[in-house]
Amino acid sequence: MIPLGHYLIVSAMLFAIGTAGVFLRRNLITILLSIEIMLNAVNLSFVAFGRQFGSVDGQIIVFFVMTVAAAEAAVGLAIVIALFRHRESLNPDAFTSLKW
Amino acid sequence: MFSSGIDAVVPMLCVTLAALAVMGAEAFRARGEQLPLGGLGVVGLVGAAISAVLLWNRNAVSFGVVVADNFGLFVTLVLLLVALLTIMFSSTVVRRDGLPAGEYYALVLFATAGMIMMATANDLLVVFIALEILSIAVYVLTGIRRDDSRAIEAAFKYFLLGAFSSAFFLYGIAFTYGLAGSTRLDRVGTYMAAQSMSGNPLILVALGLLLVGFAFKISAVPFHMWTPDAYEGAPAVVTGFMSTGVKAAAFAAFARVFLSVFEPFSGEWAPLVWLLAAATMILGTVVGVAQSNLKRMLAYSSIAHGGYLLVGLVAANQVGKAAILFYLLAYAVTNLAAFGVIALLGTREAANDELRDYAGLWHTRPALAALMTVCLLSLGGLPPTAGFIGKWYIFSAAVSAGYYGLAVIGVLTSVVSVFFYLRVVVMMYMTDRPAAIAPPPVSAVAMAALVASIAAIIALGILPTPVLDFAAQSIATIF
Repeated sequence: MIPLGHYLIVSAMLFAIGTAGVFLRRNLITILLSIEIMLNAVNLSFVAFGRQFGSVDGQIIVFFVMTVAAAEAAVGLAIVIALFRHRESLNPDAFTSLKW
Repeated sequence: MFSSGIDAVVPMLCVTLAALAVMGAEAFRARGEQLPLGGLGVVGLVGAAISAVLLWNRNAVSFGVVVADNFGLFVTLVLLLVALLTIMFSSTVVRRDGLPAGEYYALVLFATAGMIMMATANDLLVVFIALEILSIAVYVLTGIRRDDSRAIEAAFKYFLLGAFSSAFFLYGIAFTYGLAGSTRLDRVGTYMAAQSMSGNPLILVALGLLLVGFAFKISAVPFHMWTPDAYEGAPAVVTGFMSTGVKAAAFAAFARVFLSVFEPFSGEWAPLVWLLAAATMILGTVVGVAQSNLKRMLAYSSIAHGGYLLVGLVAANQVGKAAILFYLLAYAVTNLAAFGVIALLGTREAANDELRDYAGLWHTRPALAALMTVCLLSLGGLPPTAGFIGKWYIFSAAVSAGYYGLAVIGVLTSVVSVFFYLRVVVMMYMTDRPAAIAPPPVSAVAMAALVASIAAIIALGILPTPVLDFAAQSIATIF
């Protein structure tokens, strides 16, 4: 059996990769995907903890998180499309009509 | 304590049903038909307010995860007031700007339902879901003017940083769940009380991640970057709604989680919140001075006000706790009225939210100029307004808890902030050049909402005792 710590380390690494992606990538779609990686890293933690406790709570929480992430992605992509229609660009550095 | 009745969710349910009714009415509306959708929303809000009053002192618990204690109900009533005033201001704006009425009112009501859920949640997972319900609705509201590229840009920045911070918040919940084996606040609280001496580093990780998540939502420095952009780009009514409602709901959950569950670890988090509060007050005020756009200036002012609320949280003695609730109410009414005036002065083509647009407003719209002056005096904390009493109690709580440094920073930043509030007043009254654009007419409903909020600001400033007693009683139920 793989110990809990291994899952948590993978989860922390994924979360760090997602966080780095939000800061470093210069494409809106990639940034959205990085946020999804962060949320799924957290899901991995929930499942690992749930298995550790021998309860299904952790897995049920993941279903809620997945639903929320889907809703968020839908709204996020809609906003990206609306933004693209105005600016014809997906580079966040192009959006400077409000002081960043 | 467990009961499966639905009593505690009734206020939330009323608002959600009203939102669904608005959506349904919009879907089956004949082309060109005008429906009183805002009125439908008001019915739901009034129903929710009545049920909240009936639930008072009953400590109803639904499904074990939503608890309608007096603290949650007080914040619920504040949130319902915020939503009611927003809808009253919106009636004019929706028609003028050609906003999609059905979507607009439905989103305002869904966001309100999420805020109420957040204020009454007794489970970290429910807090997270409530946070997302309200955030997603507010992201869309920010960008509801799709023809305005600045609004869309604001919506995107708000969405990006909001989703980013939600991930941190969720990671904090995951660690809390991993430690305590449950996300229920009462069970987590029991666990934390038992562990208060253990010094387990994972507890501090969970604490830190939750703190970052909350700090983003209440726009505490250094997690405030989204606030000025989102507040400036969004339509002014929406800015008023999110600067008051989102902040009140997030603060309610913040106070519930940190002052009850993580109370045994206050030695660890109080210094951090101290730093956040000091940085938030100073940066909000100093950068606010340099702004030439009124909405952006008020955005920095709302950051600074978040700092004053954090002072109340750090100085969590009896006075401080009641002061948080009083301040939330005073700030909500004042800020909403200020953004209401800005919204009513705009036109479809021009937002008229630059400081120079207010030159000589006294000549063209004396009533609006006078009402705006009262709001700005209250935001600056001058007597006899609600803002003065709120700040007075926050700072006296800080002094009585021994946080002299915070009280001094708070008073000094308040003095500096009076400068930029009064700059607007000077612009309105002492500049001769009449405003270039004749402001549009103001509907009776919006004017009634403005007059009611101004009356509330002055009433709270002159006779604060009943509301303060009320606040003290309601916060006693959770701590």
